[in-house]
Amino acid sequence: MKILVCISKTPDTTAKIAFTDNNTKFSEQGVQWIINPYDEWYALVRAIELKEKDPSVLVHLITVGGADAEPVIRKALALGGDEAIRVNGGGHDSFYIATQIAEVAKQGAYDLVFAGKETIDYNGASIGGMVAELLDFPFVPLAIKFELNGSGAVITREIEGGEEVCEVALPVVVSCQKGMAEQRIPNMKGIMGARTKPLKVVEAVPVDALTAVVSFELPPAKAGVKMIAADNPEELVRLLHDEAKVI
Amino acid sequence: MSVLIFIDQADGQIKKAAHEVICYGARIAEMLGTTAEGIVLGTVTDDLAALGKYGVKKIHHVKSEQLNQFDAQVFANVLAQAVAAASAEVVVFSNNVDGKAIAPRLSARLKAGLVAGAIALPDLTTGFIVKKNVFSGKAFANVSLNTTIKIISLNGNSYPVTETSGSSEVVSLNVTVAGAKVKVTSVNKVTGEVPLSEAELVVSGGRGLKGPENWGILEDLAKALGAATACSRPVADAHWRPHHEHVGQTGFAIAPNLYVALGISGAIQHLAGVNRSKVIVVINKDAEAPFFKAADYGIVGDVFEIVPKITAAVKKLKGI
Ligand SMILES: Cc1cc2nc3c(=O)[nH]c(=O)nc-3n(C[C@H](O)[C@H](O)[C@H](O)COP(=O)(O)OP(=O)(O)OC[C@H]3O[C@@H](n4cnc5c(N)ncnc54)[C@H](O)[C@@H]3O)c2cc1C
Repeated sequence: MKILVCISKTPDTTAKIAFTDNNTKFSEQGVQWIINPYDEWYALVRAIELKEKDPSVLVHLITVGGADAEPVIRKALALGGDEAIRVNGGGHDSFYIATQIAEVAKQGAYDLVFAGKETIDYNGASIGGMVAELLDFPFVPLAIKFELNGSGAVITREIEGGEEVCEVALPVVVSCQKGMAEQRIPNMKGIMGARTKPLKVVEAVPVDALTAVVSFELPPAKAGVKMIAADNPEELVRLLHDEAKVI
Repeated sequence: MSVLIFIDQADGQIKKAAHEVICYGARIAEMLGTTAEGIVLGTVTDDLAALGKYGVKKIHHVKSEQLNQFDAQVFANVLAQAVAAASAEVVVFSNNVDGKAIAPRLSARLKAGLVAGAIALPDLTTGFIVKKNVFSGKAFANVSLNTTIKIISLNGNSYPVTETSGSSEVVSLNVTVAGAKVKVTSVNKVTGEVPLSEAELVVSGGRGLKGPENWGILEDLAKALGAATACSRPVADAHWRPHHEHVGQTGFAIAPNLYVALGISGAIQHLAGVNRSKVIVVINKDAEAPFFKAADYGIVGDVFEIVPKITAAVKKLKGI
């Protein structure tokens, strides 16, 4: 059993969002980089749990990015996993990134590909589905539970207003979210061990991006809050009805 | 040429989100001087022709019962055939659970650029540029699509739903439907509640409510308003409330017309999931709580005293 876990590097959740170069580039100044929380807390930890249950399971991590992505992938290796692959490429086009991941997945004959449900920076939520299509694998999005079951898997996924349980034969691509696993803190042994785990670098395959970001914008500032006295909460209801017209 | 709109259904009923994407897709068709066509998969009980009032002119219906169960692979395959049948140049989805599963597959299959999480109409002045949410609602990106076929999935509550008169032509579309590899074995839906993703009004609680036993005041207010309920992450982590209520950067991102935050401090990660709400009300006993900076209306005070009074005032307003 071979599992490939997609890892993306994203700005920390508290990072200041600002743009440079005439609003065409994200300003990386002072930004702390983290593993995309969905990739880390859910996809990676669940893969590690599967390995803990059955040590013959191989867990490989993949990231598409420049050398600056290596500290983040080492952090991921500190949580667990046998080795990592960095595809030396860049950009933010989901199709470009998915093509690179699919290529590695094909070469490595993986049974399972885990991705986070989305990244917290570009919020594309597209990598899992695209990789699945490129591999011609089934895709189960927004998984909240995952169990192996012989040569298949039983997966619970989110649907509107509830959940759905489904069964699927491997190989499959799964996008992971809350519920799949619980966040872990790497321990000293993991951090030390991660330094010597293999991190292979492969060159990107040529592929044209399908999209391009032309500019960024920040949302307009709020007009300011209107405070209502605590002893007159009825006034709030009046304002919501007469002024904001939302009730 | 056409704009093809994926009209999403569940249990035979057209999802509310579909009305919004129909209006959105119809407007794009108008901008491009072409027709808005829809595609519906599976058995439906709703009257499809009536969807014409949202601007769709022709609906392709694939009635196959095999499509009553969702499998992204099968759906994407059928949609690719529908794109060809309708000679679609733009394909529009809701950026909901199904849209997030199918749109990326279709994009990779057709090598068609995808903007996931669009919040506005495309700008056609220099090419085809669509504004989308990035950095979990903290910024927007304008994304250019340069491929012949373009796919957009629209975030909920981003485009106004308007009704006109008119009905749509409904034609059945014959396509090959492959066998599903994903077999749904059970479905567990919370019935009788407004699903968070479709809710226009949301009442949400944080750690300030102190414990799950105190959620009654929040639920009473939600019920009086006809609102869905949500919560902050620590509340879901402590299992005071189910995970599907968790909003924020690592939970659901929502954009209701009204978001009422009770006893929530307004951490940046929480705001990321709710800052697209049209109107935000914050009730917090700490006047320094960061949430007030993101709010439209605020009350500094104790939720246990204030919320029942608000509920009473809402009931009075509505005569219930
Ligand atoms: C990587 C990362 C991701 C995260 N993702 C999310 C996310 O998706 N969603 C999320 O919500 N959080 C998220 N968090 C956590 C976030 O940082 C905050 O810790 C969390 O939102 C705080 O929840 P809270 O407001 O309910 O609790 P608190 O911060 O403890 O706030 C409770 C508030 O209640 C008020 N209060 C107390 N008693 C009363 C009373 N009687 N009446 C009125 N007000 C009262 C207090 O003044 C306080 O402001 C994330 C954190 C990290 C690091």
